[in-house]
Amino acid sequence: MTLPRALAELQMEVEAVATRYGLDTFPVIFEMVDYAQMNQLAAYTGFPVRYPHWRWGMEFEQLDKSYEYGLHKIYEMVINNDPTYAYLLEGNSFLDHKLVMAHVYGHADFFKHNVFFSNTNRQMIDAMANHATRVRRYRDQHGIDKIERFLDDCLAIEDLIDPNAAFEQQYGLGRIEEEDTDPIVVKRLKAKDYMDSFINPPDYIERRRAELERQRQQQRGFPARPQRDILGFLLKHAPLENWEQDVLDIIRKESYYFLPQRKTKIMNEGWASYWHTTILTRDLLDDSEIIDFADHHSGTTAVQPGRLNPYKLGLELFRDIEFRWNTGRFGAEWRDCDDMAQRANWMRDTGLGREKIFEVRRVHSDLSFIDEFLTPEFCHQHKLFTFARDPRREAWVLASRQFEEIKRTLLFQLTNAGTPIIEVVDGNYRNRAELLLVHHHEGVELRLDWAQEALAAICRIWRRPVYLETIVGRKPRRLGYDGSQHSEEEIKAVASAKEQ
Amino acid sequence: MALKIDTDVGRFRQIVRGKVRDELRRFMSRGEMLGRKGKNIVSIPLPRIQTPRFVHSPGGQQHVGQGEGEEGSILGPAGQQGDGQGKAGNLPGEHILEVELSIEELAELLGEELQLPRIQPRGKKNVESYSGRYTGIAHAGPESLRHFKRTFRRALQRQIAAGIYDPNNPIIIPIREDKRYRTFETSPQPQANAVIIYVMDVSGSMGDEQKEIVRIASFWIDTWLSSQYRGLETVFVIHDAQAREVDRDTFFRTRESGGTVISSSYHLVQKIIQDRFPPEDWNLYLFQFSDGDNWSQGDTESCVKLLSDTLLDELNLFAYGQVESPYGSGQYLHDLEKPFGEDERVVLTVIEGKEGIPDAIRSFLSTGR
Repeated sequence: MTLPRALAELQMEVEAVATRYGLDTFPVIFEMVDYAQMNQLAAYTGFPVRYPHWRWGMEFEQLDKSYEYGLHKIYEMVINNDPTYAYLLEGNSFLDHKLVMAHVYGHADFFKHNVFFSNTNRQMIDAMANHATRVRRYRDQHGIDKIERFLDDCLAIEDLIDPNAAFEQQYGLGRIEEEDTDPIVVKRLKAKDYMDSFINPPDYIERRRAELERQRQQQRGFPARPQRDILGFLLKHAPLENWEQDVLDIIRKESYYFLPQRKTKIMNEGWASYWHTTILTRDLLDDSEIIDFADHHSGTTAVQPGRLNPYKLGLELFRDIEFRWNTGRFGAEWRDCDDMAQRANWMRDTGLGREKIFEVRRVHSDLSFIDEFLTPEFCHQHKLFTFARDPRREAWVLASRQFEEIKRTLLFQLTNAGTPIIEVVDGNYRNRAELLLVHHHEGVELRLDWAQEALAAICRIWRRPVYLETIVGRKPRRLGYDGSQHSEEEIKAVASAKEQ
Repeated sequence: MALKIDTDVGRFRQIVRGKVRDELRRFMSRGEMLGRKGKNIVSIPLPRIQTPRFVHSPGGQQHVGQGEGEEGSILGPAGQQGDGQGKAGNLPGEHILEVELSIEELAELLGEELQLPRIQPRGKKNVESYSGRYTGIAHAGPESLRHFKRTFRRALQRQIAAGIYDPNNPIIIPIREDKRYRTFETSPQPQANAVIIYVMDVSGSMGDEQKEIVRIASFWIDTWLSSQYRGLETVFVIHDAQAREVDRDTFFRTRESGGTVISSSYHLVQKIIQDRFPPEDWNLYLFQFSDGDNWSQGDTESCVKLLSDTLLDELNLFAYGQVESPYGSGQYLHDLEKPFGEDERVVLTVIEGKEGIPDAIRSFLSTGR
């Protein structure tokens, strides 16, 4: 639905202000939708069409019910695409629309300029629609149960992609294995020309060549190096039917598309919140709207006791960075100063704040953002703490207010978007075409029953037994699934990356 | 309007009900189908299916939070599986979504969801009374109903807009245009009297699962009928070879082991009605739950006779819900079907497990009697 005139004019106004501040976006298109459509879009993660699957239905029911019971309302949704699509909820007040629009321009700018998004498919709306059509076709050919089972198996491992592949050109499969291209030369015995075919019989040479080839293959290992992109590995090497291969490819592409959003949640929301407050309070609010604005804004950045709100954390960090670079609180001199009074009253008229935050939004992900800009002062000022479960008292207990602890915990949660790091190390394990995976233990164990289910899912794709080395109950273990039974063996140590 | 996602929703519901893809139901999160919280609040968990994946085990992790407190101070009780409490921002909490509602709202939802008709009360002493609920806001009204917060906010908005608000000396004086008042709506409350008599078979063949089903079903029936009648009375009768009247607690807890003589309960029900609830003044509902096993065919015949001769004429509704049990024969339902299958005062249903409860309730209450 096209926007009513008042809103179209409002969009022009917001865009003009955003541009003046230096925000730069793909063209932004707002669509007005009612709440049922909004819930559908949200269930489809923002896209108008997705492949058929029950979990969208589940999300929709959840959203629909909780909307009906008045638990939540989705304010804004925006898709990383060129043009950038965003949605406005019918029946919201004019002020709400204003706030949403300003917020959306923040996201849109982030999508366009943050480096982690630079290789995402900007025609993803079309791609998603194509994916949907293809899966629907397979469903009609093979039946819903079969397709859905395979989809479920793929979804169990959709996180298992290489998070560092963001800069690969469209994360093609080329990188998975670099072929060793030196030709294999079989040593020949010296012989006179006319004797050569007797001394070095061609079929022997051929056999020998094949043997060497195999040896090299074994030496090199398969894969040559441990592989984070397990979806890619399966895609290339699992014995899949054509439709299965296509479905797996779809899941993998979509997973890579969403990866940057998983990696920049705090920054992305912080950036958008920073801009909606800046644009609205400095430029676009009229006096009568200020209280309702404050009400809504505090709603989005409210901190429930004991929780961390990514909107709030991101927003405050951006503000803190701006303040520090405006007042010269950076660099060697600031770092080395340990006079508390002097630090508290530090005022250099550097005025680099705005410039700095634009740079930060371009080059960082959440992980490096926290690593670089979380300061002891910030933690103190915002009363951050770590907490953990105390099994004796059966309660959540505040564990520490130490800066190092807080930072370490946050970084751990952001590493690999909070999911365990798992690699394929051997695709021909025990020379029986079985698959060996390794979990890089970082101090937290896997949830065992789920890990077993996920292994079973991989086994159904790989069609041979699958193993995972990990730590269970503080002891190294090899979990296995052979298609019908789970196994658990004691091992000496978890295999680390094979060094070549 | 039809939405694209309807197909997916339908598919999800089929999975939840166990009609297809049975293997997925292992991963379904469900707690109590409903829990009673506090006096008038219930929570309804919405089912979720989570496909297992590689995740960190929830117990051992530290999280980051924000707020007051000293090291070692308790932030809150540790729920099962770290129920979303304070998961660091971007990680979705793993929890059952619970909706908390008042009983009144619940009954309304139930009515809408199951498309139950409003009940036409019978009885001669129907007195309509009116009750009010504060639901709206108006510009005029008595000072005693002034909505302070809204009034204050309007005044603040006006003063800021007019430029007379001084943050250093924040005095807000509402004028008449600022004032907002609560308004109420009145709704008729049927004053009819109603009594629900629950009869449950507690013989050896009724297991815990069957009782759970009866418990949930009777809760919902209770909820709906209480929303329709003020002053709803409930009577609980349990029986094996003998029947006796018990309180609510015992009704759901007892497990006897004897045989089953259903007629014993009908006799008792009749006596209760005669002594305490004369049918001229009361709307009477009889809900009977059993696994459908009666001791003898002869007893079944006397049950049918009791029902058709006296009981049915006194009741608004006789509802018989047969709970599936591995031990029960389910014969009783068939025995009732023959004489009463067409009778509109009688509803006969089979409750197939927990998921069958909504359907059973719908058929019980959709008669509007």
